[in-house]
Amino acid sequence: MGLVVSAIAFLFAMAAAGIAAKRLPQASTVVYGGTAAACALIALWAAVRLAGGGPDASLVLPVGLPWIEAHLRADSLSAVFLIVVNLGGITASLFGWGYERAHHDSHGGPVLPLYPLFLAGMNMVLIAADAFTFLLSWEFMSLASWLLVLSTHRESETPRAARLYIVMASFGTACLLLAFGVLATAHGDYSFAAIRAHAPGAGAAALVVVLILLGAGSKAGLVPLHVWLPLAHPAAPSHVSALMSGVMTKVAVYAMIRVLFDLLGEPEWWWGGVTMGFGALTAVMGVLYALMQDDVKRLLAYSTVENIGAIVIALGLALVFKAAHTPVIAALALAAALLHVVNHSLFKSLLFFAAGAVLTATGSRDLNRLGGLIHRMPTTAVLALVGAAAISALPPLNGFVGEWLLFQAILNAPALPDWSLKIEIAVVGAALALATALAGACFVRLYGIAFLGRPRSRAAGEAVEVGRAMRLGMAVPAVLCVVLGVLPTPLIRLFEPALRLLVEAGPFDGRAYQPWFWLAPTSAIGNSYNGLIMLVVIALLSVVLVLGIHRKASDRVRWSIPWGCGFDGPDSAAVTQYTASSFGQPIRRAFGSTVFRARDHVDMPAPGDTRPARLSVTWTDPAWVAVVEPVSRGVAWLADRANRLQYMTIRRYLTLMFLALVVLLVMVAVSQR
Amino acid sequence: MSDLGYDAAHMLGAVVLLMSFALLYQRRLFSLLNVFTMQALALTATAAWQAYSHGEPHLYITALLTLVLKAILIPVALHRIVVKMKIHRTIEPALGIGLTMVAGVSLVTLSILLVLPVTADATALTRENLALSLSVVLLGLLMMISRRNAVSQVVGFMSIENGLILAAVGVAGMPLVVEMSVAFSVMVAFIIFGIFLFHIRERFDTLDMQKIESFRGESD
Repeated sequence: MGLVVSAIAFLFAMAAAGIAAKRLPQASTVVYGGTAAACALIALWAAVRLAGGGPDASLVLPVGLPWIEAHLRADSLSAVFLIVVNLGGITASLFGWGYERAHHDSHGGPVLPLYPLFLAGMNMVLIAADAFTFLLSWEFMSLASWLLVLSTHRESETPRAARLYIVMASFGTACLLLAFGVLATAHGDYSFAAIRAHAPGAGAAALVVVLILLGAGSKAGLVPLHVWLPLAHPAAPSHVSALMSGVMTKVAVYAMIRVLFDLLGEPEWWWGGVTMGFGALTAVMGVLYALMQDDVKRLLAYSTVENIGAIVIALGLALVFKAAHTPVIAALALAAALLHVVNHSLFKSLLFFAAGAVLTATGSRDLNRLGGLIHRMPTTAVLALVGAAAISALPPLNGFVGEWLLFQAILNAPALPDWSLKIEIAVVGAALALATALAGACFVRLYGIAFLGRPRSRAAGEAVEVGRAMRLGMAVPAVLCVVLGVLPTPLIRLFEPALRLLVEAGPFDGRAYQPWFWLAPTSAIGNSYNGLIMLVVIALLSVVLVLGIHRKASDRVRWSIPWGCGFDGPDSAAVTQYTASSFGQPIRRAFGSTVFRARDHVDMPAPGDTRPARLSVTWTDPAWVAVVEPVSRGVAWLADRANRLQYMTIRRYLTLMFLALVVLLVMVAVSQR
Repeated sequence: MSDLGYDAAHMLGAVVLLMSFALLYQRRLFSLLNVFTMQALALTATAAWQAYSHGEPHLYITALLTLVLKAILIPVALHRIVVKMKIHRTIEPALGIGLTMVAGVSLVTLSILLVLPVTADATALTRENLALSLSVVLLGLLMMISRRNAVSQVVGFMSIENGLILAAVGVAGMPLVVEMSVAFSVMVAFIIFGIFLFHIRERFDTLDMQKIESFRGESD
């Protein structure tokens, strides 16, 4: 534990080194190198602890408020998330080092001092063991990431994104504050151990569940509290976007797990039902939003919303099964959640890095200005393909294993006693299947438009491959995506202590024979997955396919039509290609016209008129219309009312004070009876 | 403690409170100042009586300070201000006697209900005294918010201070330094008020707060 604390202290020292960046030419190397080293140390420590077992490490530091010490504790759940956070930290540091050199922006805000602080904040949230330290670290993390978003303050959209982010972050922290307040009311002790020992009553527990879903959900991006996320995440520099999207949302998931599974004691069935419902809504809405975006990084941020939805569905399932006293299935669902947490942190970091590489090479995030990058940036293209395939849940990559495990849990729903839950899980499963399929379409669109075809702009045509550090930063998560897809069982074994802590069972309980290359969780259905066989079969089929095409098709004389829809031959204009908007149109028509009220307007000139025809697409965000706008109108109304207090006469102020005094005295007199 | 000591202290405290009631409905500034002087005199007598009956000589200093500052210096100075500013004929709207009495009596009831249960283990004199002085403070506040003229607001403020001193002399063992500092803060407050009154007068040609408020640019 002392090791983790000193590594975090070292991160603070790196922040201090970052402040001196203007003087030292090598500061960026020092800061990113030191941050990566500290993260590697913490990740290694956590992995060793998880593998080796042993008692939980804990430490009490005499800092903070005088009568409250800072309780720190790293149990198996913390260790799992420490690995996720610090793995993301290592790759982001590697990529960020190269990215910072390529993107040297002397007018932007400082990134170097804040970047280690952001990682330190996330690590502190994970090892906090009392409500005070937890909230302090949580707010520290929020503020550090907010300042990182503001580092691109010269861009036109950043100030609005940052303002929305700080409002939502404050809202979330306020909800968490209230939740911990309710949890600690009964005994007045804010340490997690005391909260765990005194389970709250049914009403208080219900309040806490709602507050946690609001507070941590707003950080994770649960619909309809996601509105800030697709604005703020893309606004930061790309390696920070990767951390915010891939890692910080996982810290929010950690908060949900910590409270719902650990601190609140025995769950009631409806907690899981509500959680699952929000998860399903989030998954489907997130991917639909993503399909309508033309901005690469914003598309990725919306895809994060979708993946958080999948994780939250898994959490809801685990709660339901835990409440129904089928702990093995609950462990299966929770293992799926944790596996997806790891997976998503890997491939979302990878994809954000790829977006950063594309941004570095072309200076553009607009899909409709990219294209043909596979020829100009071959390494980035291959690595991005791995990320896109993994996030689309294609075997034998890790995304597939996560979704597969989640569906195993969903398929166990008939074991539940309650009919309404059985039906809800069926609906949620269908929604998840829809979201997964749409995610596939979404990433075919992203990859196809950005990397295939011909360049749609001069910048895309002249792009050059990015530097070695950035490529290495992408390669590490890509390799891990493949490894975890082929051999997921050792990782799930690593989760077992955490699962036993939270649901008191493991996913492999009751199985006599459990080889390390075979994933066969205990369930009523008895399905199993073997990544090695999958890999071999896919490799063989690919070889057969490639050979077949080259042998049979390449040497034939081919005939083609001279008029290829205006796009034929090397001289034709690249703008006549299929665009991102065209790719999204069928899905926009099918889903968007009802959910987003998306409308296509065709402005067709009359015959003889020479002006060009125009197609414009309009859509409205239901979360803005239904949630954000009414709330902001209400706040403005209240502020208007409160503003009058500013302009009262001195006698009115005195009267108010006098009345307040009298009311307080009356309250004291009444309470004395 | 002898019965006479208790009764006399109680009566003197009640006189201070009675003067607070009287302050509430005085419409003319001179009579207001006269009632205030009488309150200060009653307070002086209370302090002196406590000093005598408890044998605490430092309370004589308190009594002397109250007499000089509250009963002589401040009323005379305010008197001169009123004369100098030619507002001695002003008839100022105060609350009606009936309404004032209802509000005042309810405030006194409130303070008794509040103080008596809280201080269950203190001596009877301390409890009564605390209840009386809290009533005087509340009545002074009520006066400050119900008056429009700056001079009468100053008088209201001073009667709040009287309430504080009443509490200070009634509680045995209050160190002298507390009373001294209260007395001097009153003196300083009075000087500042005086300067402000002249400045307000110079600038706005009135001491009526309602008229002054209309000068504030931001109110609509």
